[in-house]
Amino acid sequence: MSDSPLIRLRGITKTYGNGVAAFQALKGIDLDIPAGQFVAIMGPSGSGKSTALNLLGCLDGPSSGSYRFRDIGVDTLDRQQRALLRRHCLGFVFQGFNLLARTSAQENVELPLLYRGAETAQRHAAAREALAHVGLTGWEHHTPAELSGGQQQRVAIARAIVTRPLLLLADEPTGNLDSQRGHEIMELLVTLNRQQGITIVMVTHEPEMADYADRIIRFSDGLVASDHEKERA
Amino acid sequence: MTQMLLNALLLALRAIRRNLMRSFLTVLGVVIGVAAVITMVTLGNGATRMVSDQISSLGSNLLILRPGQQLGPGRDSAGAQNFKLSDVDAIESQIPSLRAVAPVVGSKVTLVAGNQNWQSQVNGTTNAYLTTGNWTLAAGRSFEDDEESAGKAVCILGNTVRKQLFGNVSPIGNELRVKNFSCQVIGLLRAKGQGAMGQDQDDIVLMPVRTAQRRLIGNVTDVSMLMLSLRDGVSADPVMEQIRRLMRERRKLAEHMDDDFHVMDTKQIAETLSGTIRTMTGLLGAVAAVSLLVGGIGIMNIMLVSVTERTREIGIRLAIGALEHEVLLQFLIEAVVLSALGGLIGIALSLVVCLALTALMHMPFLFNPGINLLAFFFSALIGIVFGYMPARRAAGLDPIVALRFE
Repeated sequence: MSDSPLIRLRGITKTYGNGVAAFQALKGIDLDIPAGQFVAIMGPSGSGKSTALNLLGCLDGPSSGSYRFRDIGVDTLDRQQRALLRRHCLGFVFQGFNLLARTSAQENVELPLLYRGAETAQRHAAAREALAHVGLTGWEHHTPAELSGGQQQRVAIARAIVTRPLLLLADEPTGNLDSQRGHEIMELLVTLNRQQGITIVMVTHEPEMADYADRIIRFSDGLVASDHEKERA
Repeated sequence: MTQMLLNALLLALRAIRRNLMRSFLTVLGVVIGVAAVITMVTLGNGATRMVSDQISSLGSNLLILRPGQQLGPGRDSAGAQNFKLSDVDAIESQIPSLRAVAPVVGSKVTLVAGNQNWQSQVNGTTNAYLTTGNWTLAAGRSFEDDEESAGKAVCILGNTVRKQLFGNVSPIGNELRVKNFSCQVIGLLRAKGQGAMGQDQDDIVLMPVRTAQRRLIGNVTDVSMLMLSLRDGVSADPVMEQIRRLMRERRKLAEHMDDDFHVMDTKQIAETLSGTIRTMTGLLGAVAAVSLLVGGIGIMNIMLVSVTERTREIGIRLAIGALEHEVLLQFLIEAVVLSALGGLIGIALSLVVCLALTALMHMPFLFNPGINLLAFFFSALIGIVFGYMPARRAAGLDPIVALRFE
């Protein structure tokens, strides 16, 4: 890979609605995230952090500005191309876990591989491996309803990493968990970041969770208010 | 491409399995629709076959001459003059293309033998009746000439009458009480089974026409019907015209008067009946097809509900990298698999129903692969047509909005 960062945002704005009702969620963001970094994005609600995560996750396109992901101009991609980028390079973890109900952990984790057209045997093996990574060996055939919140989030993380993504996007991954489960999940994310070199961008409003990250970016009113990088322990 | 379709199929089957009960209720409409269409058509085919079989067992090349106009709207057989025995001779001598002419005069009377009694149709006729009706004797003999001319009290029994009155004992030579006179059994007809209208053809007693006229009806000249059998290879239409002209002449009908009798061709009756049954089959099939359509609308309804209910799921799939057309394909395949499954269940159901009903109605069971295939493909088509709109809605969702959907 070249020296250019994994993610480069330049002058990103995002406006919802138009005319008088228009609301500018992002007012010009410049941001570089190098590969392998664990970034936490913080900020009060309405500060634009979720919008930024959606843009970084290619779920949405910016109103203006440029977004380069590994030298790909994401801002020029259409809906289908963005979906392909998500499929091949990105993984998502959500606050509400967002697992398919009445579907086993194994099948949940296999889902992204299905869309990649992986073969059955390979799919099974990769899903088992990913579940092992998050410490859920032996729980493959349990459905979300039979798993605790922490376990559900682990399944969600396994689903996000089963495709070996370059970038993992986490939207308040500990928001629905108690503090102890939250710390366990954070430790898991740190391990994935350190061992597999997965770049992680996480939105959170809990400072003690943000502390796990290498870098904390604070958003305020659609702009980057502070960007604090710390030495890895 | 195949891999993609296979995956979509797998996803669809998983989705169906996750909601087994709802899936079943969804396809119930299609199940019933398909079963109804196939059952109607199969039973219709069976009925048509049964009628044509029975008409041909009635006698091939059979014409029936009856007094009165052909029944129909505004027509009436009342008041028309009966035929005479002399008509039989006249027809026999003047129309050579006929093989046999049998006069028939009869009524429904109570028969008694020993301590058994039974109501049955008693027909006074001649031996020609055996030819025209395609009857053969299982035992005994037919009428002697002198029995016919003198009107002796002898009779030939149908198989049902024998069973009811004599059980397993041979009836030949035994006495049978017919209304108020005693009659000797001289023959037994070979069993024929059920007739075209579901009547029992074997529930019959034959006796010489003069015997019946004198002792049963009390009118020594009239016969109520003539049965005429055509020679092989003779077409019915010209002969029917000849008979018509002859009978008009004998009945002294003036030029301007309508016929007061009519000739029926059994082949024509068979065709008419088959046609009627075909029409009924088509009609019932059409009604059933409407229910199939309603079943399709049921599928669309449930699929739309399902799309709303599964908005989050669709959001997850889209976020994970599912393409629009993959989500579309998944929901479409889900609808098609559902309705095709419904079609298969419907076919199985119709098979059971048809087997049961044909057995119950003593009908032949004619498996019709065409209608089965058609119903199956139509049910799959319904899946495509009614699954498309919900699938489009699912595929068009914005992943961000869908993920936030509660």
